[in-house]
Amino acid sequence: MNNPINHNNSVTHVSNDKFIWKDKVSQIASKYGILLVLLVMMITMSFLSEAFLTTQNLLNVVRQISFIGIVAMGVTMVIITTGIDLSSGSVIALVSVVSASFAHPGEFSIFVPLLIGLCIGALAGFINGTITAKGKIPAFIATLGMMIAARGLALLYSDGRPIPDLSSAFLFIGKGEILGIPFPIIVFIIMGIISHLMLSKTKFGKYTYAIGGNEQAAKICGINVDRYKILIYTYAGLLAAIAGMMLTARISVGQPSMGNMFELDAIAAAVIGGTSLTGGVGTIGGTMIGALIIGVLNNGLDLLGVSSYWQQILKGIIIVSAVLIDARKHKKV
Amino acid sequence: MSENYILEMENVTKEFPGVKALDSIQFKVKKGSVHALMGENGAGKSTLMKIIFGIYTPDTGMIKFKGHDLKVSSTKEALKNGISMIHQELSPVPHMTVAENIFLGREPTKGKFGWVNNKKMIEDAKDLFKTLNIDLDPNSKMKDLSIANMQMVEIATAVSYDADLIIMDEPTSAITEKEVEKLFEIINSLNAKGVSIIYISHKMDEIFRICDEITVFRDGQYIGTKETTELTQDTLIQMMVGREIKQVFHKEKAEIKEVILAVSNLSKEGKFDNISFEVRKGEIVGISGLMGSGRTEVIESIFGIDPPDSGDIFIHGEKVKIKTPQDAIKLKVALLTEDRKLSGAFLPISIKENMIISSIDQFLERGYINKKLVDEACNEQVEQLNIKTPSTDQLIMNLSGGNQQKVLLARWLLNDPDILILDEPTRGVDVGAKSEIHKLMSKLAQKGTAILMISSEMPEVLGMSDRVIVMHEGNKKGELNREEANQEKILEMAYS
Repeated sequence: MNNPINHNNSVTHVSNDKFIWKDKVSQIASKYGILLVLLVMMITMSFLSEAFLTTQNLLNVVRQISFIGIVAMGVTMVIITTGIDLSSGSVIALVSVVSASFAHPGEFSIFVPLLIGLCIGALAGFINGTITAKGKIPAFIATLGMMIAARGLALLYSDGRPIPDLSSAFLFIGKGEILGIPFPIIVFIIMGIISHLMLSKTKFGKYTYAIGGNEQAAKICGINVDRYKILIYTYAGLLAAIAGMMLTARISVGQPSMGNMFELDAIAAAVIGGTSLTGGVGTIGGTMIGALIIGVLNNGLDLLGVSSYWQQILKGIIIVSAVLIDARKHKKV
Repeated sequence: MSENYILEMENVTKEFPGVKALDSIQFKVKKGSVHALMGENGAGKSTLMKIIFGIYTPDTGMIKFKGHDLKVSSTKEALKNGISMIHQELSPVPHMTVAENIFLGREPTKGKFGWVNNKKMIEDAKDLFKTLNIDLDPNSKMKDLSIANMQMVEIATAVSYDADLIIMDEPTSAITEKEVEKLFEIINSLNAKGVSIIYISHKMDEIFRICDEITVFRDGQYIGTKETTELTQDTLIQMMVGREIKQVFHKEKAEIKEVILAVSNLSKEGKFDNISFEVRKGEIVGISGLMGSGRTEVIESIFGIDPPDSGDIFIHGEKVKIKTPQDAIKLKVALLTEDRKLSGAFLPISIKENMIISSIDQFLERGYINKKLVDEACNEQVEQLNIKTPSTDQLIMNLSGGNQQKVLLARWLLNDPDILILDEPTRGVDVGAKSEIHKLMSKLAQKGTAILMISSEMPEVLGMSDRVIVMHEGNKKGELNREEANQEKILEMAYS
C-alpha cells in the first residue's frame, strides 16, 4: 500500500519542480524577452548587411522611431488604464499646421509656436479624457471622434496646404544635433526617463496601474478615477504635440496630412513592448524597445531591399504575434 | 417503489478545493409534487441544483431520473432529458424580442438552409403565453419589460421545454404578489400534468403554501425530508440551524466606549429603508440577513460608493457628508468589500502596490514614492498578518484566497481606520487564515477600532459580534446583543 503512494508523491514532486523551472524561464522571458528579440534582430541584421551596424545608420533608426516612440509612451499609459487613443496621428497634424503658422522667421519668439503646440496637444488629450471619463463612453469612440475632427480641423486651418518657411530656431528641434546626437533622440530619451519615473515612482503611476488593474476597486480605494484618467489622456496629448512639432521641423513644413496611421504604429509599439490591452500591465521601457523593434525591422528590411508591401505584411504579423504571446501569458495565471 | 420518484439521488458528494460542498447527500423528489429545498446560505442548495442541471458533475454518488441513471454534463443535455430550470439571476438578451429570448438556441427553422422561422416562433410564444395565462406581447423587446415581466418570461421559458422536472431557484425574488399568484396557478396545473417542481425560496409563507415536501440541507449535509404538514415554521428553522457551534472564536473582551459611527434613517429607493444603528469604539457589530436583504447596499452607501437618498451619518458625533469613497477614507472609514476579485484586489499588480494604494500619500517624499518606507510598512504588515509569500513583489494573483484577503486587510490597516467595515471578511478563506482574521478583528477592537461586519455565516456572526443587526428585504428587523443572540432568533427575523 505504501509504495504506490510514495511513487505518486515523487511524481507530483518532479512535475512541481518542472513547473517552477518553467515558471522561472517564462518569468525571465516575459521580463527581458522583448529586449532579447531586439538584440537577436540586431545581431541577425549585422550579419546580413554591412551597412546596418554603423553609427550613422543606428542614429538614423533611433531618430526615425523617436517620434513614434514619444507618442507611444502616452499611448502606453492610456492602454494601461484599459483605454485607447486613436487620435494621436490627427493631433500631430493639427499641432503641425498651427505651430508652423506661428514659426515663420522673424515673427514670434520660438517659445510662442512651441507653447501653442503643447497647449493644443494637451487640450485635445484633455477633451479625450473628459469625454471618456465623465461621459462614460468607450475611449475607442471618444478618440475616434477626436481623430476625425482634429484631422478636419488641421485641413481647415491650413486650407489643405502645407505651411513652409519656418525659423531656424524652430527647425532645430527636428534637425538639430547636440554633440552629434540628433535632437529628437535626446527628447525621446528625456521623455522616456520622465515618463518612466512618472509611471514607476509616483502616485500618478501607481494609480494608473490600479485603475487599469481594477477600476471598481480603485474607486473604493479612494482614487479619483475620473481625474486621473483625464490627466493621463492629457499627458498623451502633450506627448503627441511634442512629436508633432519635431516632425514638422524635421520635414521643414507644417503638414495637415502628417501623422497618418501614427496612432496605430504607436499602439503597435506599446503592444509589442508588452503593454496589455486588458489593462494594468505595461512599462515605458518595454514600449521604447517596442518602438526600436519596429525601427530596426523597417530599417533592416529597407537595407535588404524588401519591398515596402512586404514590410507592411511582416509588421502586421509581428503585432498579432506579440498579442498572441501576451494572451497566452495571461491564460496561464 | 422507485416509480413514485422522478428524481432519486444517493450518496452524492461534490468537493471544491478546500470545501466539501455536498457530503454524501440524498435527495428524492416525488412525481407530480412540489419539493422545497431549504438551508442557509452555503448549505449546498445551489451546488445540488447545478449538479442536477448539468453545470457540475458530482465526484461520487448515484442519480436516477425517471428510473434511469442520469448522466448529464451540460445544461443542453439536462434540457434534452426533461429537466429545466428557472435561474435566480435573470439572463435576458436585452435587445432581442421576448419570443427570441424564449427560443434562444432552439429556434424553429424552415427550408433547406435552416432559416429561422420567425412567424412560427411568435405563434409558439403566443400559444405558450395563452396556456400560462400570461399577458405579454412576444414581439416586444426584452429590455422594455419590467423586471417582474422578465421573470415571467423566464418562467415561461422553463415551462416551454415540456420538462418533467423544473427547478425553480428563487422564482419570486423579483415579482409582485399578483405574479406570484399566477406562478402558483402555473405550478398547480403543471403538477396536475405530472410535472415535478424543486422549489427554492427564502420566503417561508410560499414554502408552506405551495410545497408538498421539504428537504433540509445544512453545511453540505442532508438533514432530512418531511411532509410540509408535519412541520411548522419553528420546527423547520430548528432543522435548518440545529448545529452546535463547534468552532472556537477568538473573540476577546474589549472595552466598549463612546459611539463612533451612527446612521439614522438611511434610505435608498429599492434597496433599503429607514436604517438606523450605532457602532461604538471597541465594538464589533454584526449584520446578518439573507443575500439580497440590503446588507451590502447599506454599507456601500455609508462608504460613499452609492450614497443614500436620505438619512444622516454621524462620525464621532458630527454629521458628515460622504459622497465618494475618498470622503469616507478621509474620515478614517475603511471598507473591505465582499468580492475580492471584483472590487478588492488589483490582480496584475504586486502585493506591495496592492497594499499601499489607498494610503500612498504617507509614502511620498517630494512627489516620489520612498521605496524604503514602503518596504518597511509592507513587511511589517506581512509579519503581523502572517501573510505567506516569498516577497511583497509577488503579484497578488499568485496568492491563496486567504492571503489575498489579508493583503487587502493590510491595505486598510495602513490607513489606521477608526471605523472598519468588513463585508464577508472570511468568504473563500481557509480555516487557518479565517481564525487569524478573527484574532486580528479582536485585537483591533481592543485597540479601539469600531468594527461593522457583514457575514452570511451564522457561527461567525454569533462568535464575533458584540451586537447583531438583522436585516430582511431592505429593512432592519431588529437588534440582538451578544447574550440574547442565537441562531433561531436571527433566522426567525431574517426569514419573517
